[in-house]
Amino acid sequence: MASEVMGKTESSVNYLNVTTTVKSWLLTLDHKRIGLLYLFAISFFFALGGIFATLIRLELVTPQGDLMSAEMYNRAFTMHGVIMIFFFLIPSIPAVLGNFLLPMMLGAKDVAFPRLNLMSWYVFMIGGSLMMYTLISGGIDTGWTFYPPYSSIYSNSQVTIAGVSIFITGFSSILTGLNFMVTIHTMRAPGLTWFRLPLFVWAHYATALIMVLGTPVIAITVLALAFERTLQIGIFDPKLGGDPVLFQHMFWFYSHPAVYIMILPSMGVVSELIANMTRKRVFGYTFVAFSSLAIAVFGFLVWGHHMFTTSQSMYTGMVFSLISYAVAIPSAIKIFNWTATIYKGSVSFDTPMIYAIAFLGLFTIGGMTGLFLAALGLDIHLHDTYFVVAHFHYVMVGGAIIGYLGGLHYWWPKMTGRMYPEIWGRVSAAIVFIGFNLTFFPQFVMGYLGMPRRYYAYVPEFQVYHILSSAGASILAIGFVMPAVYLAYSLKYGQPAGANPWMASGLEWQTPSPPPTENFTYQPVITHEPYEFEHVEEIKAARKAEEIQMA
Amino acid sequence: MADHSHEHPANPIKYYVGVFLLLMVFTALTVYIAKFDLEHYWGPLNVIVALTIAVIKATAVVLIFMHVRWSSRLTQVIVVSGVFWLFILLAFTMSDYWSRGGWPTRLGQ
Amino acid sequence: MADHATHVEGLAHHFVSMEQQKEAGMIGMWIFLLTEIMFFGGLFLAYTIYRTTYPQGFLYGSHLLNVPLGGTNTVVLIVSSLTMAMAVYYSQLGERKKLVFFLFVTLVLGLVFLVIKYFEYKSKIDDHLFPALSLYNPASTGAHGVPLDLQQPVRVFLWIYFIMTGLHALHMIVGAGILITLIVLAQRGKFTKDYNSPVEISGLYWHFVDIVWIFLFPLLYLTGFHYTPGGGH
Repeated sequence: MASEVMGKTESSVNYLNVTTTVKSWLLTLDHKRIGLLYLFAISFFFALGGIFATLIRLELVTPQGDLMSAEMYNRAFTMHGVIMIFFFLIPSIPAVLGNFLLPMMLGAKDVAFPRLNLMSWYVFMIGGSLMMYTLISGGIDTGWTFYPPYSSIYSNSQVTIAGVSIFITGFSSILTGLNFMVTIHTMRAPGLTWFRLPLFVWAHYATALIMVLGTPVIAITVLALAFERTLQIGIFDPKLGGDPVLFQHMFWFYSHPAVYIMILPSMGVVSELIANMTRKRVFGYTFVAFSSLAIAVFGFLVWGHHMFTTSQSMYTGMVFSLISYAVAIPSAIKIFNWTATIYKGSVSFDTPMIYAIAFLGLFTIGGMTGLFLAALGLDIHLHDTYFVVAHFHYVMVGGAIIGYLGGLHYWWPKMTGRMYPEIWGRVSAAIVFIGFNLTFFPQFVMGYLGMPRRYYAYVPEFQVYHILSSAGASILAIGFVMPAVYLAYSLKYGQPAGANPWMASGLEWQTPSPPPTENFTYQPVITHEPYEFEHVEEIKAARKAEEIQMA
Repeated sequence: MADHSHEHPANPIKYYVGVFLLLMVFTALTVYIAKFDLEHYWGPLNVIVALTIAVIKATAVVLIFMHVRWSSRLTQVIVVSGVFWLFILLAFTMSDYWSRGGWPTRLGQ
Repeated sequence: MADHATHVEGLAHHFVSMEQQKEAGMIGMWIFLLTEIMFFGGLFLAYTIYRTTYPQGFLYGSHLLNVPLGGTNTVVLIVSSLTMAMAVYYSQLGERKKLVFFLFVTLVLGLVFLVIKYFEYKSKIDDHLFPALSLYNPASTGAHGVPLDLQQPVRVFLWIYFIMTGLHALHMIVGAGILITLIVLAQRGKFTKDYNSPVEISGLYWHFVDIVWIFLFPLLYLTGFHYTPGGGH
């Protein structure tokens, strides 16, 4: 009996239940299953990174270094950074939501290279295992930035193995980016021209560009560092004729665009959330699409703004500062366009929308404070203070993670066929918002007043800020744990969702929830612009007629 | 979508042999020129000549052996952007060193 | 209404046509080569910075390298690029025997390159020019008479030489593996006029590795070709 479009019965075959052996999951070529494999992996690393955050915030409640030694604290903030950036943020949206949704949004059966896709997950797991080994054997204490000569000569921690781990994990990123680019170029359904694509796809294309062009440079940098540390080749060691700042150039050439890898997919999610939850076409669609590309391209031209306080020349610094101001413009364009989309829209304040609106505010704060740091003179004062820490947490947590949570909730019914409990969704979104601001806003203030980053002991004047921050962190932790609980709960007890519980536009909503392995049982043909909500009704009726005809 | 803006030639062998000969000649040329101390006249001259010859050789390989001359616009854009991005890495980093003052004397002095 | 076309040999199930599959494969390989450009690019950056900083050191270091061997390897790779292009051509015509022949010649030339490389490295190590084993070992200062003030830059040069050519050789080994796979498949008649894109895609990789060498050879070997240590240039 053919499954109904609007409601799936438990007995219908979908990508989750078509096979149930462990082997069928570990050897799957289905992009949707690979997305879920990534979901489990990055959730684990997020929890691990969170444990280190807890240790940090616990230590910082008191001005003295009393919870742990200085060396231990160095390891705590290094592991927090390395795990969160390389093993959670960079994969998060692309590897989970991107993998799951991209082929569906394109009307395709899978990505261009399904085996490469599976391989990229295994490569990620191997890199992650090596990082776990690093962790168990004491972790690293160099800061996530690995600057030599400390990392190459003086550090007594597992720098080489950590470097190899990141080298390997980088390939996971490269393969994902490659897959996405080829899929978007060659596997769009008939009628799906570039300007009919959802903005989520544009965002992931731009992200894939960065993954492909930037990641190889961090690979060679980390390889060179490993050689420097083990064989003293001399390219980063001043005593051997090398320049430590060369490492910083090579490191930041990737690591700055990497932050756009983290934010662009989140912006893509926000475009989908706002359009579909206000039932309006995204204002200035073309501008938003091109802004994604502009951010990807310009993001490669600003890396020196991390090096204003090094021996980098002042003139180069001025160029980097100017372009850093320019790169803020496309992001600002997007914020304006999203805001204009909401205006006079039919807004529903479901959990995903709450996250999307939170994104608008928090990313704006994060982005604007980035401009403070892009000013050469001000950066001399603010570099290596908590102001920087607050800035990047506002964009990475308030921006990227908020977008990730919003997307996870929004597409949860599509991925699992179940609705999460809406009340709990809204409550935890509020808790995350409150906890987040309480944690990180005080850090702006104390950073401006001079509190250095990566310090475990500080002058008593800063304690009040640290206490506020740690209190906020405990609230934020609750807000992060809650979704884990109720999302898992919903798998068994959640209300069954139909194909399109949000009455949203987009190809992914025109197939059952959860989808069959091949995504569509028909060849989608696109004849209309994206975010056209009048069509949703028509399509619903047409599909129903088709399904009845098939039966 | 597939877009073969130029058709492959019916008989590419003459192109391949032509490029092969070009590569051999330019290899001999670059070895020959390297025997001369052009740096005596102008510092970067050796490197500029050597790189120019290398770029000509590489271009021939890309256009003919790798068929980029007859490939889609997308392929051509990919090739150009690869070169361009490498250029960004080199140019911006070099701009730092060149504008520090005192380079290329020994670093840090 | 699931549309199952009659099964086309070599067409993966998630593609709708051979043309789409081929296009995806080609663009995929080009994007991969893009990543390789940036990967080697980091090393070219290090080379550029240090050559400009230590011109004398790099002249000296470069003249320690074996130009005849390096030059021979350059010629070997150029010929192998020609034979690879011929192999791709015959794969598109569906001429199995000629395809296998040219793939085989390409493979042999690649192996010749690696053998020459082996002897080159060996002689460097024998001459105490492999920095991990010597050159900072006072006992070997006399070897090759590297002047004291040039020892650090020469050391940096040699390391850059070993890492860049070593990475390149690694890519050659992978290329040889790909060629062996292609030969086996071609011999079994896997490639026809309608399905030959793996050969062309592998050809792209091979040519790229050749291009890297086209830059490595003058930058590493020929830089110091005109240089006579101790007595001006």
